[in-house]
Amino acid sequence: MLNIIVLAKQVPDTHNVGSEAMTPEGTVNRAALPTVFNPEDLNALEQAIRLKEQHPGSRITMLTMGLPKAAEVLREGIYRGADEGILLTDRALGGADTLATSYSLAQAIRKIGKVDIILCGRQAIDGDTAQVGPQVAEKLGLPQITYTEEILECDENHIRCRRHIDGGVETVEAPMPILVTVNGSAAPCRTRNVKRIMANKRKEFTVWGAADIEADPQQIGKAGSPTNVKAVKSIVFKAKETKTLTDSDEDINSLVRELIESNTI
Amino acid sequence: MNNVYVYIEIGEGNKVADVSLELLTKGRKLASELGAALECICIGSELEGIEKQLFPYGVDCVHKFDDPRLFPYTSLPHTSAVVNLFKEEQPQICLMGATVIGRDLGPRVSSALHSGLTADCTQLEIDDFEMKVKQGDEFVTKHYEKQLMQIRPAFGGSIIATIVNPEHRPQMATVRDGVMKKEILSADYKGEVINHEVGKYIPETDYVVKVLDRHVEAAKHNLKGANIVVAGGYGVGSKEGFDLLRELAHELHAELGASRAAVDAGWVEHDRQIGQTGVTVRPKVYIACGISGAIQHIAGMKESGIIISINNDPSAPINQIADYNICGNIEEVVPKLIKYYKANSK
Repeated sequence: MLNIIVLAKQVPDTHNVGSEAMTPEGTVNRAALPTVFNPEDLNALEQAIRLKEQHPGSRITMLTMGLPKAAEVLREGIYRGADEGILLTDRALGGADTLATSYSLAQAIRKIGKVDIILCGRQAIDGDTAQVGPQVAEKLGLPQITYTEEILECDENHIRCRRHIDGGVETVEAPMPILVTVNGSAAPCRTRNVKRIMANKRKEFTVWGAADIEADPQQIGKAGSPTNVKAVKSIVFKAKETKTLTDSDEDINSLVRELIESNTI
Repeated sequence: MNNVYVYIEIGEGNKVADVSLELLTKGRKLASELGAALECICIGSELEGIEKQLFPYGVDCVHKFDDPRLFPYTSLPHTSAVVNLFKEEQPQICLMGATVIGRDLGPRVSSALHSGLTADCTQLEIDDFEMKVKQGDEFVTKHYEKQLMQIRPAFGGSIIATIVNPEHRPQMATVRDGVMKKEILSADYKGEVINHEVGKYIPETDYVVKVLDRHVEAAKHNLKGANIVVAGGYGVGSKEGFDLLRELAHELHAELGASRAAVDAGWVEHDRQIGQTGVTVRPKVYIACGISGAIQHIAGMKESGIIISINNDPSAPINQIADYNICGNIEEVVPKLIKYYKANSK
């Protein structure tokens, strides 16, 4: 039986972001954007559900930090196979960089108590930093396995994973408890389960604020964030002298000749 | 003390990764601007002589941690070596590759030292910085001299953000392979080597993760070093559309690349993605087919010599940095390029 925590994030759909989504201070106005379940967190959830299937009696707790609306990912996770959800939300936690975020998450995990494995996506699509997983592991003094593609074996005492590395793969073994970040190349997450939807439509989540996790005010939100955004700009492409051609045979033939004659191609 | 540090990534056969040499080149410039020394950290096994690969890039000091258990890389021992060395040395800047290793190690080090870390920077500069800080009950403007400006595209690439960490050291940043240029400073540059006593920095309890099995293959393509790149985006429309681009690339002895949208659509292999979260290329010729030109893509190809954009949308952002815009559909224009290349190159 394993105590499993899945860290999930509700993220803006970064494929559809306009400049109107930025506040004058250079932070993102998340409330103004369509949101999605961070894709790699779904890969992590799938690994969690598989562990639960192999170890009956295990519990999957989803933990997310964000606006109250972020509870949507908890519900989605429960529809797919998680047992319960904890929403960490508080104005005092806002404006956090990855370090302040990981401190807050680590405090919440401490409050949850006994944990065997923490699973999360390798990175979130709004920042692409891949920092929160390892930063949480360090705060909790746990070993980590990042870029995991598959959990090959796992029990109360040890875990064996196949992970992506630059130019290849490796198989690693580590003791439990541990934090594992899951790569997008891992198995996709199963879809919602109808019975679970019916049973959990009105399920209530645990909601914690900064005081509940006994957070040090100096380590959360903006105060706890070493990084500052100095400036943000939308990029204006430099104007270049551009030749515009049609798709006619003449235009393309003359371009190809020009490039060949100048030894460009 | 307070110098600029680069974490050196060491591959099979103790070959230093290109990204580390690129960071040394950038680190040398930053160090000189700050009047500081450039130091680097080598953690691995049988590191005898590795400094010879590093000194030409202007390294003043190589810190070595040599133990058979330190290769291949595992998170905890490397973290302890870096963290405990940094507690003694108090660097002002630390650079790492935005590789699997750098992105595994960097966050742990920053978490342990409570220092700011910015991922995937595309530019690093030294500049002054002013920030309003609260003193007692009022806000005052505080001036910080010679800070590291960490510049990166953010938020899916729609903006460029400049990040600073004025109150915490070291200022940490990761940079992807190929983003900075590597340049030898002087073939006979000489620095110092310090062989650290590994047990003093790394507790035995850190060696808990075992690498059982490891397969590393050389890259399947040479996108990074290609003279000509044919790249496709979402506008290519299908996997079959990419077959046309492969044919053009084959004719031109070019490498095939793609935008994130095309990779996400499953039309082309992930390792061919060009852009901030993929490969950075600087070819002589870049042929962009059906690529609209999101910032995150532009970041990975804007230094190409000649840019040719094929797009049926005249207002595509990429057209503004292109040298030639061919207004038309991929399935018509690409076969014509192939045809006229064959006809003219004989």
